Amino acid sequence: MAKTKKKKGLLFKVVAYSVCILLAILSILPFWIMFVNATRDTYQIQQDALSLIPSTHLFENLKILLGKTFDPLKGLTNSMIISTASTACTIYFSALTAYALVAYNWKLRGPFFTFILAVMMIPAQVSIIGFYQFMYKIGMTNNFLALILPTIATPAAVFFMRQFMVASLPLELVEASRIDGASEFYTFNKIVLPIMKPAMATQAIFTFVSSWNNLFLPLVLLTDSNKYTMPIMVSLLRGDIYKTEYGAIYLGLALTVLPLIVAYFILSKYIIEGVALGGVKG
Amino acid sequence: MKQRKNVSYAKYGYIFSLPFIIVFLIFSLYPIFYTAVIGFTDYKGLGVTSWHFLDNPFQNFVTIINNHSFRQALYNTLVIWILNFIPQILMALLLTAWFTSRRNKMRGKGFFKVIFYLPNIITAASIAILFYALFGYPVGPVNSLLVKLGIVDGPVYFLISKISARGIVAFIQFWMWYGYTMIILTSGVLGINPEIYEAAEIDGTTGWQTFIYITIPNLKTILLYVLITSMIGGLNMFDIPKMFMQGGPDNSTLTTSVFIYNQAFSGSYLYNRAAAASMIMFLIIAVLSGVLFYLMRDKSEIELRKEAKRLKKERLMIAKEQEAL
Repeated sequence: MAKTKKKKGLLFKVVAYSVCILLAILSILPFWIMFVNATRDTYQIQQDALSLIPSTHLFENLKILLGKTFDPLKGLTNSMIISTASTACTIYFSALTAYALVAYNWKLRGPFFTFILAVMMIPAQVSIIGFYQFMYKIGMTNNFLALILPTIATPAAVFFMRQFMVASLPLELVEASRIDGASEFYTFNKIVLPIMKPAMATQAIFTFVSSWNNLFLPLVLLTDSNKYTMPIMVSLLRGDIYKTEYGAIYLGLALTVLPLIVAYFILSKYIIEGVALGGVKG
Repeated sequence: MKQRKNVSYAKYGYIFSLPFIIVFLIFSLYPIFYTAVIGFTDYKGLGVTSWHFLDNPFQNFVTIINNHSFRQALYNTLVIWILNFIPQILMALLLTAWFTSRRNKMRGKGFFKVIFYLPNIITAASIAILFYALFGYPVGPVNSLLVKLGIVDGPVYFLISKISARGIVAFIQFWMWYGYTMIILTSGVLGINPEIYEAAEIDGTTGWQTFIYITIPNLKTILLYVLITSMIGGLNMFDIPKMFMQGGPDNSTLTTSVFIYNQAFSGSYLYNRAAAASMIMFLIIAVLSGVLFYLMRDKSEIELRKEAKRLKKERLMIAKEQEAL
């Protein structure tokens, strides 16, 4: 009896670990090949596109890459501006809206929260024609503000903040601050926001990443190549100009992926926790 | 002092939600209505700013529904979503069963979670182009591998076949999302009352019995949440099909979002038709979010209402009994 149990346990371990290791290889291998090929020249890749050992042609590839239209520094700067500003807008105003929902008893509070839940899943795709025409008319295409300002109203972030606030904001603190004569706005900025720090950090990571990776809206709005964000820049690598410059294509991809991988491994603990939290709350 | 107590703070609720409301009205609600209106007009052409309502207001909708490419796009979206979702949920459930098994504690769960989630965080546009390069013909790592392993004699032109192009897009979606689904499901399992498991263990259930009869029924809400959010996400699928093969070959990876983009922003700038297609998508998504919304209502509120109902019933029963006496 005990023996069969032990055997079963061993079998479980062999199967489970093999599958997990295979999946782990599957997750990493495409990126590994990308980084390796970024250091190999076209001839080497043509001979054998699959190699796990880096070569020495990184700088040649960089020269070819930068000699054409792909400008990673510009893409990086533009993406950085948009993502940073969007993240700041999203977390500050979502916290403020969530605070309005949690701390005050107003007539339309219930309906407003219901409304936020209802519109949470509406994607950009369904309103894109109207949004583009509207921006075109007021001359805001090719203007980063058209991508940043709308993030002040992010229903999903408000929902997340509200759930966190309900669970962990002691309203006695707000009451105490009122008795001390602080204004409501001051109380929010100096007392509520510091308590919200963990929720804001989680929200900031996810907002930043999704803004950084966003392709649809920028692709529609930004037509001037000086305004291209990283995901639009990357689409240039698929065009004819880099047709046979295999090494340069892989290097361009690697340059767009590397910052995310580095940031991910630094923040992975918080990111995994944040994903898990989203599921439980939902 | 007395006056101070009577100060109403309710107005701050309105004041603090004002920025959200104003921005939402301008940048979300107005564009949605504007899109709906454009759907009924003859608005097309780059730089054109005047438009008129059509004599037959539903003309665009009729045209779109009868449009071969749009139907193809709806079909592709559904096929690619199913091809990605079924393996994704099965793999996520399997990993969840392993990672939460009380009998066989696995090591390195944290490490595996981090690695499995990695593809989800990387720019989808970059991933699509990376896979385009990996499956390249005649020079590409996947072809090199297949030839080396002796599975094929010469390089295969994956990107020209409708079936393999669709399969690759579905695979990329699977590869990007199974880790996410697994993390959500495992965190759901941690929320299940451990006493249920202890009772099951005393009854001598096997690991699989526990998973099928206890874990899965308790995860019902979360599974539904995953299903519906994935459906809505699948309907919006844009980055991967657009960047991978521009909807090709032969429209085989054309999804509804790529269709809308192509109608409006390339070629003939048919804003009105794209708007009509958007509205059709909006209707489908509205129904799906309706279901999700129903699932996510405040649970405590529902329980309270149930409790009130039960009390009412009991009171009625007692009253009846008393009457009978």
